[in-house]
Amino acid sequence: MVLKPRLQDLKIIGFYLGKIILGLAFTMLIPILIGRLFGEVNPILDFSISVTVTLIFGLVLTKLCFTDKDLNWMQGMIVVSLSWLAAMLFGAIPLYLSGHWKSYLDACFDAMSGFATTGLTLVQGLDHLSYAHNLWRHLIMFIGGQGIVIIAISLFVRGFAGAFKMYVGEARDERILPNVVHTARFIWMVSITYLVLGTLALGTVALFCGMRPQNAFFHGACIFMAAFDTGGFAPQSQNILYYHSLFFEIVTIAIMVLGAINFKLHYHIWMGNRREILKNIETVALFVSAMITFGIVAVGLTQIGAYPKALMLFRKGFYQLISGHTGTGFMTIYAAQFINEWNHLALVGIICAMALGGAVCSTTGAIKMLRVGIIFKALKEDLKRIMLSERAIVAEKFHHIKTVFLEDKQVKSALLITLAYLVLYGLGSIVGMFFGYPFLDSLFESTSAAANVGLSCGITNTSMPAALKLTYIFQMWAGRLEFMSVFTLIGFLVAAIRGK
Amino acid sequence: MSKLYASGFRLLLVACSLWLVACSSCFAQPISSTELINNTKQYDDKAVVYKGEVIGDVMRRGNYAWINVNDGENAIGIWLPANLTKEIAYTGSYRSIGDEIEITGVFHRACPEHAGDLDIHAQVMRKIDSGRLIQDKLNTSKRNQAIVLLGILALVWILTLFKHK
Repeated sequence: MVLKPRLQDLKIIGFYLGKIILGLAFTMLIPILIGRLFGEVNPILDFSISVTVTLIFGLVLTKLCFTDKDLNWMQGMIVVSLSWLAAMLFGAIPLYLSGHWKSYLDACFDAMSGFATTGLTLVQGLDHLSYAHNLWRHLIMFIGGQGIVIIAISLFVRGFAGAFKMYVGEARDERILPNVVHTARFIWMVSITYLVLGTLALGTVALFCGMRPQNAFFHGACIFMAAFDTGGFAPQSQNILYYHSLFFEIVTIAIMVLGAINFKLHYHIWMGNRREILKNIETVALFVSAMITFGIVAVGLTQIGAYPKALMLFRKGFYQLISGHTGTGFMTIYAAQFINEWNHLALVGIICAMALGGAVCSTTGAIKMLRVGIIFKALKEDLKRIMLSERAIVAEKFHHIKTVFLEDKQVKSALLITLAYLVLYGLGSIVGMFFGYPFLDSLFESTSAAANVGLSCGITNTSMPAALKLTYIFQMWAGRLEFMSVFTLIGFLVAAIRGK
Repeated sequence: MSKLYASGFRLLLVACSLWLVACSSCFAQPISSTELINNTKQYDDKAVVYKGEVIGDVMRRGNYAWINVNDGENAIGIWLPANLTKEIAYTGSYRSIGDEIEITGVFHRACPEHAGDLDIHAQVMRKIDSGRLIQDKLNTSKRNQAIVLLGILALVWILTLFKHK
């Protein structure tokens, strides 16, 4: 028998959701400061309206649903899934008010794309967008990459057990430090340290590229946030092609790879355990899969002679590949070139890389390397069982921070999530084909949305059907949260309707 | 006299042939960015005319420079001698509308000099229209909305204080 949710459940969910909405409102003060710095009058008004609306909702929710009770697993998961939807709805307000998005749905699309660190965009006239709005586009990637709930945990929460439930609900299965609040603060410390260093590095390169100092460091900060959080937005409409610089591309590759690495691994590297990089199953799997998928892309591009020189292949083939594999979505070619100039083999290589993704507990989306590594190890174990004597004891181990024996529970979990992602990729492709797009184009765009990548072959534009926009929004949301909290929300809604 | 006619005719024939050859590898009418991007192989290594608004920064690289020109559909990178950029006074941003320029140059699908970039190497640049600064005028409707919402927020905050008590 399905039990109908109690009023107490709704109150607890509403209270913590309200807290997260309040946290989101405070982040909107940063673009106001930037607007003030650059003397942008109307963008400041856009953000003032948005902050006020968000604060009103947050205040009303926290006061109407006030409780001192802690969250249980179900409530924690629902708070997470709803807070991402709330972030999309409130985060889209300043975008829509700027007049650079044709509809509120388009603004919501970009807000979800930003928070989920995807990078698909429907913005119009990006080259004339204000500094304040441009910063907001990149800031939401920075917030979403670390996790919306992580902000709330870092700022408002004093170590209650429910924090861990929300932390897990946001697709982070690993605690770096014993206390989840300390873990959240460590994630922010790593991110802010890299933000300063990355902005300086990119800003300096941009300065040498010939950009004005003000623009160079503004772009440096924005591109860092989009690269480290494997987002893919850029301040200009040409994305990374705008800079026409090999060095800029190399620095972004380094930042994208840093963003695709597990925060737990960052912690061990910071603590001096550098050998972990070479031994960790995720880094090994990432290296191997990047090489294999790049091999596929390189063969495909060589077959058609698209980029005959090695440097061309690196800047066009490898760059899109690593951008796709890390889930970033930076592009140094135009979207139409994927379809018009790349052959099917090269496109399949990119699609595979996008579908696999980076490390767990990083800012990337998709299936992720730990699961790929575990599935590979399980396959190896089964093959050994068949090949060796029946009496032989077969046990497979893998190294992820510490060496552990492979368990059926881990394999089952890895396979389930992988299956869920494959279904999600397929679902978006079917919807794309329903609207008349060819199979490979649909699969490419759907994988990009669901794996939170952001590479586009041209389907994503303002004229695409609203139902397809909604499908991609759903894919970005479900893909970022890795399903559990989304499934819990669906179950909760079913229980609310059919429960007794 | 007939020899003169014959040589004149030959000269005319050669001129016409040269014109035809030139026409086959040069597109005198401005071509849109979408047309260029969607048909890269057709225009590869051909002389094209492209016009649009200069956006972002003029990025000097030694004796040359990169500018990005947006025709309203997409922006394309233009590689040109740095001295040509002296004419550019405004570039498009939130604060300004950039100069509108017309470029005559060679289009590359995957430029061998710039590691595969899709670009145009400009030979001639002509300024069609001068850009201008944009006045960021206060939107009074937005200002009023912000004031009303601030009032509501203050009211909600006061009410929540009472509820808390």
